[in-house]
Amino acid sequence: MRFLGSGIAALGVTALLSGCDHLLLLNPKGPIGAEERFVLIAAVVLMLIVVIPVAIMNIWFPWRYRASRSGAAYSPKWATSLKLEVVVWLVPALIVTALSILVWDTTHRLDPYKPIDTGVKPVRIEAVSLDWKWLFIYPDFNIAAVNKLVFPAKVPLSFRLTSASVMTSFFIPQLGSQIYAMGGMQTQLNLLADEPGTYAGQNQQYSGEGYAGMNFKAIATSREAFEDWIAQARQSPETLDLARYEQLEAPSENAPVMLFSGVQPGLFDTVLVKYGMSMQTQPAVMNSRSHDMESHGMQMKPNTSEKN
Amino acid sequence: MLGKLSLSAIPLHDPIVMGAVSGSILLGLVILVLITYFRLWKPLWTDWLTSVDHKKIGIMYIVLALVMLLRGISDAIMMRAQQAMAAGASQGYLPADHFNQIFSAHGTIMIIFVAMPFIVGLMNIVIPLQIGSRDVAYPYLNAVSFWLTAAGAVLVMVSLGLGEFSKAGWSGYAPLTEQQYSPGTGVDYWLWAFQIAGVGSLLTSINFLVTIIKMRAPGMTLMRMPIFVWTSLCTAVLMVLSFPVLTAALGLLTMDRYLGMHFFTNTLGGNMMLYANLFWIWGHPEVYIVILPAFGIYSEVVATFSGKPLFGYTSMVWATAAIMVLSFSVWVHHFFTMGASPAVNIFFGITTMIIAVPTGVKIFNWLFTMYRGRIRFATPMYWTAAFIATFAVGGMAGILLASPASDYVLHNSLFLIAHFHNMLIPGALFSYLAGFTYWFPKAMGFRLNEKWGRRAFFGWLIGFYLSFVPLYILGIMGMPRRMVHYDNLAWHPYLIVAAVGAAVITFGVACQLIQLAVSIKERHAARDLTGDPWGGRTLEWAIASPPPIYNFAHIPEIRDIDAFMEMKENGAAYRRPEGYTDIHMPKNTGAGFINGALAFVFGFAMIWYIWWLAILCALGILVIMIVRAADDDTHYTVPAAEVARIENQRYQQLASAAASA
Repeated sequence: MRFLGSGIAALGVTALLSGCDHLLLLNPKGPIGAEERFVLIAAVVLMLIVVIPVAIMNIWFPWRYRASRSGAAYSPKWATSLKLEVVVWLVPALIVTALSILVWDTTHRLDPYKPIDTGVKPVRIEAVSLDWKWLFIYPDFNIAAVNKLVFPAKVPLSFRLTSASVMTSFFIPQLGSQIYAMGGMQTQLNLLADEPGTYAGQNQQYSGEGYAGMNFKAIATSREAFEDWIAQARQSPETLDLARYEQLEAPSENAPVMLFSGVQPGLFDTVLVKYGMSMQTQPAVMNSRSHDMESHGMQMKPNTSEKN
Repeated sequence: MLGKLSLSAIPLHDPIVMGAVSGSILLGLVILVLITYFRLWKPLWTDWLTSVDHKKIGIMYIVLALVMLLRGISDAIMMRAQQAMAAGASQGYLPADHFNQIFSAHGTIMIIFVAMPFIVGLMNIVIPLQIGSRDVAYPYLNAVSFWLTAAGAVLVMVSLGLGEFSKAGWSGYAPLTEQQYSPGTGVDYWLWAFQIAGVGSLLTSINFLVTIIKMRAPGMTLMRMPIFVWTSLCTAVLMVLSFPVLTAALGLLTMDRYLGMHFFTNTLGGNMMLYANLFWIWGHPEVYIVILPAFGIYSEVVATFSGKPLFGYTSMVWATAAIMVLSFSVWVHHFFTMGASPAVNIFFGITTMIIAVPTGVKIFNWLFTMYRGRIRFATPMYWTAAFIATFAVGGMAGILLASPASDYVLHNSLFLIAHFHNMLIPGALFSYLAGFTYWFPKAMGFRLNEKWGRRAFFGWLIGFYLSFVPLYILGIMGMPRRMVHYDNLAWHPYLIVAAVGAAVITFGVACQLIQLAVSIKERHAARDLTGDPWGGRTLEWAIASPPPIYNFAHIPEIRDIDAFMEMKENGAAYRRPEGYTDIHMPKNTGAGFINGALAFVFGFAMIWYIWWLAILCALGILVIMIVRAADDDTHYTVPAAEVARIENQRYQQLASAAASA
C-alpha cells in the first residue's frame, strides 16, 4: 500500500511541478472552456459529499470490525434499518437532483450551436474533415487553410463542420466543446478565445491510419495580426478549386500547413451534398436540427438566425 | 475455391505478429502432445466437450475467459509500451496498422471473450446450486451457447495468423467499418466473432431467465432468492432485450459490407448515426450485463465474510431492478458531441445520473453489511473491500461524463478510458476474481492458495491505480484516446507511469497463474471436505464440493433468504434423509460442440468469401438442430442405489472432517 501511496504522491508532485499549464481543461482560454471547467469542479465538489464518507467508512469499518480484533461489537442478525435506508436513498437522490439542475442549466447555456453574443460580428469558418487533415474555409475572406486555424481573439467564431470521409471530432481543448464532423451532415460549433495565443487543436475521434497526426495549431491573434494573416493568405499562389480539392481529399498523413488564396464558391456545401443526396432527401436525423435543413446550402450570412 | 484466402494472408513480414503466432501454435502443440501422451482424448471428449452439466460448462467458460484474459492483457501491455515510447521524435515500436488492430482486439476480447464468459461461467456454476436445482432449464442449449462463444474466441485468435483483425475499434463505428474505408478481412473477423458469440450470449440469457423463473426450489419466493440470483436474473433480462439489437446492427453492417447495401454508408441515404444508436442501445445495457452480477458477487462475499446477512436486501433488489430498467434509457451519453439539441442531451444526461442513486444505495448497503460484522479477511474479501471506494471514484468520473457540458471536453479523451476501466477492472473483474476464489472450492473440491491470492490482489490493485490515475490526468491534459504517436512531450511521463502500472498488473496476473499451479499441487492439503469452506449462507454450500452430478439428492425446502444459514441454525443442515429416489438427468451430447465447430468454420468461410463452405456449414448447423430436436432419448436415470452410494460417501467425508476438526 505504501508503494501505491508513493506512486500517487509522485504523480501529484509531477502535476504540480509542471504547473497547471499542461492541465489544459483546467486552464481554459475562452468563456466556453471556462464554464465547462466550472461544471467539472462543481460536480466533483457535489459528489465528494458522498464519496468522502464512503472512503472513510470503507477504511474504518473493515479495520474496526475485523475478526482478529477482539471486543468489537458484533450484531450477527442486524440487516435492516428504515432510518439508514431512507438516508442512503435520499442523500444520493438529493445530490443527483442538484446535479440535474446543474445539467439543465449548463447544457442549455453551453449548447455548441448557440452563438456567442459579444456584440461583435463572428468570424465564420467552415471546417471539412479529410483523411487525415483539417481544411478550414473562411467564406467571408475567400481563403482556406489546411491544418492551421488563425482567428482574432475576443471575436466569436462560428463553425460549420462536415466530413469528407469517416466521422471525426473537432476539438481545441483550451477553448472548450468538441463536436463531431460527419459525412453528408452538418454540425455547428461556437467558440471564443479570450486572449491571443497558440492552442493545440486535434481530432478527438479515432478515424483510421493517420488519425494520430490529424492535429492543427489554433492561433488566436490580435485583430490586426489576423488581417495581416488574411492578406498573407491572399498572396498564396495556390487556389482551391474543385480539382485541387479532390487532390486534397486523397488520404495523406501528417499533412503540412497549406494556404489557399481563392476558394471554389460554395465548396463546403458541395462537400456536404456530394454523397448523392438532395436537401429534401437528407434524413431527418437526431443532430440535424430543423434550421440546419433550412440554412443548408444557402447559409451565407452569419448564424444570427439561430434559436437560443 | 478458397475465396480471398491465400498464403499471402499470413503476415510473414511482421516479426511481432509471427512471434505471437508461433508462440500460440507451439503452446497448442504442447497441449495436444500432453493430451495424447496422458491418453486424455477420450475423457476430454466424454467428460468435457460433450458435457451438458452446468458445472462443467461453467468451468469451461471460465477457462476460456482466463485464456482470453491473457491475450487481452498482452494487448494492453503492447499498447502501454507503445505509448510510453512513441513521444515526439520516437515512433515507438509499433506501426499504426498494428497498433490499431491491438486496441480493437483488446476491447473486443475483454468485453466479449473475457467479461462475458467469466460472468456466464460463474452464473453457470452457481445459479442452479443457489436455487436448489439439478441443472439449467435447457442443458443442451447451454452447451450450444458455450461452444458458440468459444467459436467466436477462436476466430479472434485465428485473425492473428491469417489476415488481420479490425482496425476500427471495438465498437466498430460506421462508416470506418464499411468496405470503402476498411476493405481488408479485419472488420469481417470482428463482425463474425462478435456476431457468433453474441448469439451464444442471447441463448444463454434465455436459458438463465427460464431457469431462475421456473426451477427454484419450493419455498424460494422471488424475495428469498440470493442476491446473486437476483442480479443474474436482471442481467438475463437485459441480455434478452439488448442482444437482438446488436445482432440487428451487426447484421445490417454485414449487408452493407457483403451485399453493397447502404444502411450506414455516407452515400445513397445511409446514415452512420443509426449505427451509433443501435450499437449503444446494446452497448450500454451490456455494461450493466457485466456489472450487475458483479454486484451480486460482492454482496454474497461481503455478507459471508462479515458473518451477517446482507444489509438492506429489499433495497438491494429494488436498486438492481431500477438499474436494469434505467440502463435502456441512457445510450445517447456515448455521443453527446454528435450535435443533438440540449433537450435530447439533457434527457440522457439526467437518466444517466439517476443510475447513480441505486448504485449509491448499493455501496452504502455493502458498507453497512460490514458494520458490526466480524470480518474475516480471506482473498475474496480483499477484492471486495478494495472495490468499494475505488468504484465510488470511478462513479464520480462517470457523472462528469454524464453531464453533457463537461462531456464536451472529456469525451473520447483518456479520462474516458480511465473511467470505464475503473468501472470494469475494480468494478467487474475484481468481483469475478473474488467469485472465482470464493466458488473455486465448490467447483473443484479444494481451496486456492491464500498467500498467492493476496499477492495477485495487490498486484492488480496497485497496478490499477498506477495505470489509470495517470490516464485521468492525461484526459484533463487533453490527450485523446487511441493515439499511436503524439508530439506533446508533457504527456510522456504519465504514460511511462501507466506502463509501469501495466507491468505491476502483469505481476498480479503472474501471481494468479502461480496460485493456480501451487493450489493444484497442494490440493490434497486444501481439500474442502465439508462443502462449506467459508461458513456460507446460501444453498450451494449445503452440498458436497464438488457437487455430485445431480447436485441435490433431495430438493431442499427454502425458508429464508440465507437458506443454508437458516438450516445450520435450526439443525436442518447435513441431516441424513430416510431414502433416495431415482434421478433423471440429461444425457451428454456432441451436438453442442459440433454446432460450435460448424459456426466457427462458417464464420471463417464468410470472412474469406469461401461461399460453398459457408453454405455447407449453414446447412450442417440446420441438420444438427433438426436431428437433435428429433431425438427423444435425451435423458438417463441415476438409480436410487447409485445416489445412495454417492451420498453415503459424502456423509463419511463429513464425519472424517468433523473428526479431524
